[in-house]
Amino acid sequence: MTDYETLRQFADSFGLLVMAIIFLALCAWPFRPGASERNRHAANSILEDHEDGE
Amino acid sequence: MEAVLGRAGLWFVIMFLALAAYVGAQDAGFAAHAVLVGVIAFAFLCVTVMRYDPLARAQSMFRMPPGPSRYDDDVVRWGVIATVFWGMAGFLAGVAIALQMVFPALNIEPWLNFGRLRPLHTSAVIFAFGGNALLATSFYVVQRTCRTTLAFPSLARFVFWGYQLFIVLAASGYLLGVTQSKEYAEPEWYVDIWLTIVWVAYFVVFVGTIVRRHEPHIYVANWFYLAFIITIALLHIVNNLAIPVSFLGSRSYSAFGGVQDALTQWWYGHNAVGFFLTAGFLAMMYYFVPKQAERPVYSYRLSIIHFWSLIFLYIWAGPHHLHYTALPDWAQTLGMVFSIILWMPSWGGMINGLMTLNGAWDKVRTDPIIRMMVISLAFYGMSTFEGPVMSIKAVNSLSHYTDWTIGHVHSGALGWNGMITFACVYFLVPRLWGRERMYSMRMINWHFWLATLGIVFYAASMWVAGLTQGLMWREYDANGYLVNSFVDTVAALKPMFAARAFGGILYLAGGVLLTYNVWMTIAGHLRDEAPMTDAKHNRAADRPITAAPAE
Repeated sequence: MTDYETLRQFADSFGLLVMAIIFLALCAWPFRPGASERNRHAANSILEDHEDGE
Repeated sequence: MEAVLGRAGLWFVIMFLALAAYVGAQDAGFAAHAVLVGVIAFAFLCVTVMRYDPLARAQSMFRMPPGPSRYDDDVVRWGVIATVFWGMAGFLAGVAIALQMVFPALNIEPWLNFGRLRPLHTSAVIFAFGGNALLATSFYVVQRTCRTTLAFPSLARFVFWGYQLFIVLAASGYLLGVTQSKEYAEPEWYVDIWLTIVWVAYFVVFVGTIVRRHEPHIYVANWFYLAFIITIALLHIVNNLAIPVSFLGSRSYSAFGGVQDALTQWWYGHNAVGFFLTAGFLAMMYYFVPKQAERPVYSYRLSIIHFWSLIFLYIWAGPHHLHYTALPDWAQTLGMVFSIILWMPSWGGMINGLMTLNGAWDKVRTDPIIRMMVISLAFYGMSTFEGPVMSIKAVNSLSHYTDWTIGHVHSGALGWNGMITFACVYFLVPRLWGRERMYSMRMINWHFWLATLGIVFYAASMWVAGLTQGLMWREYDANGYLVNSFVDTVAALKPMFAARAFGGILYLAGGVLLTYNVWMTIAGHLRDEAPMTDAKHNRAADRPITAAPAE
């Protein structure tokens, strides 16, 4: 097999699978138990008690 | 003393090297750039020596930050001014080339013809106006969200001034005919190397600041900024792989040939849109829209999901620029499919931005800055809907190479990137210079309407022009011959070109108001004007009913 075919086969099988799993895991991450409080805190963090500019 | 000597010596060495490059230059363009660098180095040499004052390090050209108790905002201030300046230059160049399309006599050979002014316009608005806006806002946002000062302050100053040098070299190169003819990547090899150095320094400053943060969580805007910085570095380096003909000449040949070169170019070109004009500006949206609305972002979860979706999907969409070319069919279809899927993460971002105003929609009526943010998100939604539609092969066979594409790009660039940048400038200027508010809120309102009307003229005329062009190009007669010659389509489009130029002039007029408003705010003036809203009430009638006296 040529390098192209080897790489292509890897990209179409395990490469694709690994990418899909990583993507789904990253998307599921903010939905893990206990995350909603952290998300709320993160969203509000820019609005808390500090002034802008000088 | 040693520091000043060292700096003066550095400028002298740069000046000397530039002189040597000028002497050995293989062509006029390279020689001109060597002179330009030499003159700049000489100017800095003079400034360094004349400003020598052993006590006042803070007064030097590159003012150092006040200390860890204050945010390091000098680079942000310069960046905001540079954004306004380059914005005006870019809009002016755009109006000039739009008028050249209507009045061909305005093509002034050789330096100011359409072919040389057009990359000047695109680079000025994308990389100079947009780039400085991203530089300024990223340094502002990363400090606030990490609650720390910029890491490597001197490197941050190098990033700003180095980037301005890149812009000047690129822009002057276009007018002198120095170009490698890759869209949005026109600068030649030595300018590309300079930008790579500046960009790596930018990355180091940004990541260094995140590393020394005092907030445990990295706010989502920084994710978008970081994705923008990393991906642009990757795209820039790969697409500009080239072999110079001579080390003292401005010509080079691409490392790729034929269709590989085309695919690399549009992998770069489309992701420049995706990561420069989308990810970077979404970062601005995720900080400044919640701040101006004084409400947290609608859904932090959605922001994370659409971030990862954008990152994973955008990189594949480039081949839709090469439909019906020598690119393999499967690659074209891949590009089309990913472009259509991209609709979802794009609208995820738009919905998240717009819904942040949920429960505060009245601010659209009372706050012109919020109104600009809302229209920018509306244009983001419209152009990210239009884009996937145009990437469908059947639609693309009509739209490609026509002015529809130009209209689409401008609804995104003028509507989304321009409007959100204006809103951020209006947000930042009073805060950075410690003013009560912008010089005039009513001028912001006028800017809003001039810009919006300008975009409407621009996009509408280019839709009509694009469809006209596409349909005329594909019209056959009964014998199978093409009905129209190319020049027939040009003649048919002339009124549309005029309408487009008018739209551009309106947009530029809005930019003039922005410049004046920013200028007067920095100068410390407040315009005496009626407020945008007042509290309507009638004091005379605001009384309880008193019981009528008995008869």
